[in-house]
Amino acid sequence: MSTTVETTTEIRPFEVEIRQEEIDDLRRRLATARWPGKELVEDPSQGVQLATLKAIADYWAKNYDFGRLEARLNALPQFTTEIDGLEIHFIHVRSQHEGALPLIITHGWPGSVIEMLDVIGPLTDPTAHGGDAADAFDVVIPSIPGYGFSSEPTEVGWNPGRVGQAWVELMGRLGYTRYVAQGGDQGAGVTDAMGRLAPEGLLGVHFNFLGAAPRELLMAALNLRLAWSADEREQFSKFLAVAMRGYIAEMGEHPQTIGYPLLDSPIGLAAWMLDHDADSYEKISRAFLDGQPSGNLTRDNVLDNITLYWLTGTATSAARLYWEFAQAAPAALKHPPPHVSLPVAYTTFPGELFQAPRHWVKQAYHNLIYFNEADKGGHFAAWEEPEVFAGEMRAAFKSLRTKGGPS
Amino acid sequence: MSTTVATATEIRPFHVEVPQEQIDDMLRRVASMRWPSKELVDDRSQGVQLATMRELARYWVTDYDWRNVEARLNALPQFITEIDGVDVHFIHVQSPHEDALPLIMTHGWPGSVIELLETIGPLTDPTAHGGKAEDAFHLVLPSMPGYGFSAEPTELGWNVGRVAQAWAQLMQRLGYTRYVAQGGDVGAAVTDTMGRQAPEGLLGIHTNLLVAVLAGPQSTETDEERAAQEQLDTFRQSGFGYFLEMATRPQTIGYALLDSPLALAAWLLDHDTDSYYKISRAFVDGEPVGNLTRETIVDNITLYWLTGTGVSAARSYWEDALALAQARTSGQAPPAVSLPVGYTTFPGELFRAPRSWVEKSYPNLTYFNEADRGGHFAAWEEPELFSTELRAAFRSLR
Repeated sequence: MSTTVETTTEIRPFEVEIRQEEIDDLRRRLATARWPGKELVEDPSQGVQLATLKAIADYWAKNYDFGRLEARLNALPQFTTEIDGLEIHFIHVRSQHEGALPLIITHGWPGSVIEMLDVIGPLTDPTAHGGDAADAFDVVIPSIPGYGFSSEPTEVGWNPGRVGQAWVELMGRLGYTRYVAQGGDQGAGVTDAMGRLAPEGLLGVHFNFLGAAPRELLMAALNLRLAWSADEREQFSKFLAVAMRGYIAEMGEHPQTIGYPLLDSPIGLAAWMLDHDADSYEKISRAFLDGQPSGNLTRDNVLDNITLYWLTGTATSAARLYWEFAQAAPAALKHPPPHVSLPVAYTTFPGELFQAPRHWVKQAYHNLIYFNEADKGGHFAAWEEPEVFAGEMRAAFKSLRTKGGPS
Repeated sequence: MSTTVATATEIRPFHVEVPQEQIDDMLRRVASMRWPSKELVDDRSQGVQLATMRELARYWVTDYDWRNVEARLNALPQFITEIDGVDVHFIHVQSPHEDALPLIMTHGWPGSVIELLETIGPLTDPTAHGGKAEDAFHLVLPSMPGYGFSAEPTELGWNVGRVAQAWAQLMQRLGYTRYVAQGGDVGAAVTDTMGRQAPEGLLGIHTNLLVAVLAGPQSTETDEERAAQEQLDTFRQSGFGYFLEMATRPQTIGYALLDSPLALAAWLLDHDTDSYYKISRAFVDGEPVGNLTRETIVDNITLYWLTGTGVSAARSYWEDALALAQARTSGQAPPAVSLPVGYTTFPGELFRAPRSWVEKSYPNLTYFNEADRGGHFAAWEEPELFSTELRAAFRSLR
């Protein structure tokens, strides 16, 4: 028994290796793509526009350097370790500063660890990025099971709550006894679950998406004592519109059905991943059509992420997380999970799907120790504005660094 | 000017002729499919199952021959005529019987004229199919704009209301002054709208899907009504993704539907629980239900592939969602259907519309029946039974 336990808790170094024949196959598929006619509108109201997707396919096939992905990831310390039956891939960068605060950051959909690569420098090496040594973090960036280089779950049940439990195990295994957690999008769901679990050692959490508290938010909406402003009502209708998105319904109901397109057609995959939110779509579209990226959402960075999904063949397993979330949601509404009593920090980014006002966040998380409205950045805040995002992490977690700080 | 008008209303014969290289390209793509892993459940609850798709792919590449259905289509009188700027493809079979009643039938999504082929015999030639000469129909089976061999709309606005107007024009152009109309699925929406527009010559309609459920909640006072509502709720909670995606982002899903034959196949198969399991069984166990055979299913998928109409067909949902939203905003109810209406509830349909719901939608309900078998694709699955329903439904209007 002891041998087995040792083997399964082992942490092994990991390197990405991409086979040339897989790249050749992808290029062949891009070259032979069969295109539909142009949409009948002059805006994204029928979905991802033909001109945008053609520009992406063209750049992907002709200009994109497929060596980038391997080089960028392999320049970082990567590992895998088996947790709860699955191989978990993670990037783990320790700061050279003593007393750095360990931070686990969880990506979302349609993202991956690629989103977070450029926050590693500012977070782990603040003195080289306009910060103080006292702002340093040790950073752990795992791939959610079924995403990127983590293995696919082979049984049902890997909802955000179970991922959160796995992260607790991971941080323990890395020897961290005091740490914080952060996430947006699906990563916010995972981080929220960690907050509710309140494992020993977790000091606090930060979100840049209010996704895991629909019950509190709906209750807040019904609370007539709250006098909502016109802007708040607008944000609430945006929040409700999120639930009426085709991609969420399809992945939440039938991830397998959409999985065939996403595995077999690279342009199908690219279109599906691009069609997330209006703000990031417009920014990415502009990067390809006009060569004017917004912040770090460059053509190459966007394609690193799409290429990662393609080469790992994980779009179906990634979509299944929505199914798991949908399966778990009714039970969570009926039997609300424990409140998050740990300190919570929140940053609202202006381009996010909806701009959660402070009192919504406060309603969902009573122990709100930090709230800020950033002046730029959208749904992929860490990806688009790594410096701003890192600045938010420093400010959000500052008060939790000293032992015996607020709890 | 007069020359242009004469040209535009011309009815031209049509033959299907697909170049072999397009078929070869399709099969090459099927053979080089990059497969996802198996779903994590043992039923349809995560979508179209891998075993079903694998068997469909094998059948498509090794056993299937498009030329069979091509010959079947070309054995029928097919035509193209331009209506409202779009070339409309239709099959037009006249009955040998005098006084046959002209009938225009509209397919739905994910269907095509393929759904309706086996009803042509019983409807136009009833004496050869257990019916009487006075049951005969002259049959018009158009392809919806953006579907099959009809052209794709190149401008906005082709919602079911506009299709309904085009159909009235088509029937007039064919010289029919007294006719009836029928449809299920999207075709039911077209036919329902024809009933509301009540063009001259339209005597009555029959549908096999109650489109009123899209407009608002129905009554749930009886057990039957509650059971139907429960079926609708299940559909909305677990089978609505395809609908919402096509109604809001037809272009986004369209890329894969044009680029991957098996993506297209999976998307088309994932319609309703009853037809999915029937189709799945046809492939996995080789046991088709009625006429929903492997061959006819792949005929329909291949038609979508070869005509490259995955996106334009999906756009019809976008158009209808927009029209529905605009109608709601305007607060104006569409005109009621005062024409006679026939309705058949098939047991495998998305929901079993009770007579009370149908009566509420159509006060002038002249025929209602609950068939004992058949599902969403009733004409396709049970062509004889379906034909019997149409004979009974329209008898009083002859």
